[in-house]
Amino acid sequence: MTRWLFVGLLLAAAYALSVGSVPLGIGDVLGGNAVFFTIRLPRVVLGILVGAGLGVAGATMQGIFRNPLVDPGLVGISSGAALGAAGAIVLGARLGLGRVTWLLPLAAFGMALLAMQLILRLARTDGRTPVATLLLAGIAINALAASQIGFLTFLANDAQLRTLTFWTLGSLGAATWPAVTITAMFSLAPVLFLLRQGRTLNLLLLGEAEASSLGLSPVRVVRRMLVLVTLIVGASVAIAGVLAFVGLVVPHLVRILVGADHRRLLPAAAILGAGLLVLADALARTVVSPAELPLGIVTASVGSPFFLALLVRERRRLA
Amino acid sequence: MIEARDLSFVAGDRPLVDGVTLAVEPGEILAVVGPNGAGKSTLLRLLTGELAPTSGEVHLGGRPLSAWTLAEQALRRAVLPQHSDLAFPLACSEVVLLGRSPHFTGRETAHDVAVVRLAMLATDTLGFADRSYPTLSGGERQRVQAARAIAQIWGGAGFRVLILDEPTASLDPAHQHAMLRLAQRMAADRCAVVCVLHDLNLAAQYATRIAVLHRGRLAAEGKPQRVFSGELLSEVFDLDALVVPHPELSCPLIVPRGPIVKSGPMNRAGDWQ
Repeated sequence: MTRWLFVGLLLAAAYALSVGSVPLGIGDVLGGNAVFFTIRLPRVVLGILVGAGLGVAGATMQGIFRNPLVDPGLVGISSGAALGAAGAIVLGARLGLGRVTWLLPLAAFGMALLAMQLILRLARTDGRTPVATLLLAGIAINALAASQIGFLTFLANDAQLRTLTFWTLGSLGAATWPAVTITAMFSLAPVLFLLRQGRTLNLLLLGEAEASSLGLSPVRVVRRMLVLVTLIVGASVAIAGVLAFVGLVVPHLVRILVGADHRRLLPAAAILGAGLLVLADALARTVVSPAELPLGIVTASVGSPFFLALLVRERRRLA
Repeated sequence: MIEARDLSFVAGDRPLVDGVTLAVEPGEILAVVGPNGAGKSTLLRLLTGELAPTSGEVHLGGRPLSAWTLAEQALRRAVLPQHSDLAFPLACSEVVLLGRSPHFTGRETAHDVAVVRLAMLATDTLGFADRSYPTLSGGERQRVQAARAIAQIWGGAGFRVLILDEPTASLDPAHQHAMLRLAQRMAADRCAVVCVLHDLNLAAQYATRIAVLHRGRLAAEGKPQRVFSGELLSEVFDLDALVVPHPELSCPLIVPRGPIVKSGPMNRAGDWQ
């Protein structure tokens, strides 16, 4: 199955490379066409990086919290990262740090980590994290971050405002090779590490006491995995803004396709996440061509009904 | 083997386990019995290292628990919890395979797969190996979890410990006996088995030794014939019962007549007149 997903990803990437406001033929590509190599290719590579990262991050969080309704956006990690990035956009220039390319991902990661700590503090009691408290903590963090982002928007000048709006709606439009490189430096290693945590996540599904009686030290491995999730989310938010629901939807689809065993689930979530995001971005670029629909709008439009459907299915278990 | 040495656990200012000393050797089945709130589950959680004792020590194979890594403990000691939910639809055979994970890094070996099969055969769960765990009934889940626990310590060299927390709670009568037969089989294979039971007759029939907990303390310990008496049952369990030799087996048979109503302000007959 994973093999077919991979074939699907290749097809999606090929399609995304072939469509756009400028028609390109195979001859242009072989001739080293600039549109292809400096605009479309980095954008598709970024889509793969961010999509794979969000897929893996979502699958990891759902496994850790033993609940299919969790994703980095709903619990507030993404908006923490967004606040960090918005702060870097608006305040970075005032502090004379406007040209530091590292500032955005670092600020995003830092604030995401802070949000994660806050969420765990708020939601964890007696070594357990009930999903209701987790989601409520997420609402609180999301509201707090939104208010502060609003304040930063108020402070921003015109140019910053444009960057901020474009970026708040979520987009892969900032894909240049240097930006792709920075994203890869932040998220590639965590993704590769998490891909190997299938067995650990499987054990955690049994519960923390059981995992511990099977030789795992749950507190330590959970903390490590959550920090890696935060790195991935921070890096993807810094470059592409908040792409809601990707981390929620992808693990579900993958569970239907390959089952719940995390050793198969994680790689499949990476591939499907990458493929879907690349496809969604191709859609965003072409439906209103030559203008461009923000990618975050596409993912949220697909993702939120999905979340609603999921709530209907899971409500019995939540009550 | 596993030992509790003068083990105490205090929650707030209430001692839940109070100075318990016990040892279980390979080949034995120790049944821990006692009324609700006697500290049975707390004692088990101390033995598994899930709780750290307020005072005293747990020894595994002659060494204190702290001298073992969790991974080493996992090769020696398996635990069957009272309830196990699973948020995601793993197949039953995948759940049992989790029990083997202390034994392999990366992928499972053919040996692990064979052990999973044997453990599922022993728990009568092979029939739903491919079914999704969350679709099973409570009793079926309990048996799958039992398969996972015995797969964890199946055929290991050296001493092994199996800890069962009310393993018969959601099982029908035939499977209750089958579960304890399985415990016997593990004991015969040189495991030390510790088992919390509520059904005193099951304890009398299958345990080699009984430990009676009462308000966190060890009220009695020894062979079923010696421990179970009318006095103990009334003293510890508030149970009015006849204890007779089993007509066919060499164990006592407990025939309850009913609860003993201790006189208190609510229970004095005069209050109702």
